[in-house]
Amino acid sequence: MLKKNDLILIIGIVVLGVGALLAIHFSKESGSKVRVTLKQEELKTFKLEEDTIYTVEGENGAWNTFEIKDGYVNMIDASCPDKLCVAQKGIHYDHETIVCLPNQVVLEIIGGEENEVDSVAN
Amino acid sequence: MKSKKTALYGLLVALAFILSYIETLIPFPLMPGIKLGLANLVVITALYGMGWKEAFVLSLIRILLVGFTFGNLSTMLYSLAGGLLSWLMMVLAKKIKWFSMVGVSIIGGISHNIGQIIVAILTVSNVYLITYLPLLLITGVITGALIGFLGALIVKRIKRLF
Repeated sequence: MLKKNDLILIIGIVVLGVGALLAIHFSKESGSKVRVTLKQEELKTFKLEEDTIYTVEGENGAWNTFEIKDGYVNMIDASCPDKLCVAQKGIHYDHETIVCLPNQVVLEIIGGEENEVDSVAN
Repeated sequence: MKSKKTALYGLLVALAFILSYIETLIPFPLMPGIKLGLANLVVITALYGMGWKEAFVLSLIRILLVGFTFGNLSTMLYSLAGGLLSWLMMVLAKKIKWFSMVGVSIIGGISHNIGQIIVAILTVSNVYLITYLPLLLITGVITGALIGFLGALIVKRIKRLF
């Protein structure tokens, strides 16, 4: 049933996927802030070193509550139907994201080394 | 002959609909987007047993029905992007005759993931969502292969139905 080309396809995709995962893993660096975006508009930025709980409120009663604790950001509850954003693990490294597609809320870690200069300038 | 085809359509739409519902009951907490692709079992079976047009109609009706019943306009947009890209790539992959049904199903599975990631990137305009793709590719290969194996078994057994 399985053809040789099937195996080439399987191995090719797995190698590509694992390679990309390793590249991401070894290039990641700790972030310093989390940027909250609602419907493509930046709402607010929080420092990772300050523990807090915040609720993003969108249109029609949509909401997402996230927590910053010990440098990690976690979505702890949300109004969306699938709650996939709540199921995602905590984020800490530069450019990691937690996305709630139904509510269009994005939490993105920023402030890796190249952004330090910006924060000093500000 | 025509009424037989209509009945078969109805049967397969119902099956795809139920499988989509079952899919929503199976959580994969690791990451959004990881799924078995149970409904694709019906689409790929139709692709091999009936034809590319029939597979398209089935896929589209399923997406609209599931969207109106369990989702909303935004979830339907994701399903459409994933489902249509997946259908197109499976039709092409079948046409070039390089792969068995397992390979075609894998291509369908990862195309589904790629289509959804593209819509997600455009929706929230954050290109870093692409970092979700590597793991989705790996899980897509596994679930796609599983669905392809099952599909091949089904097509072999119910060929006389079509």
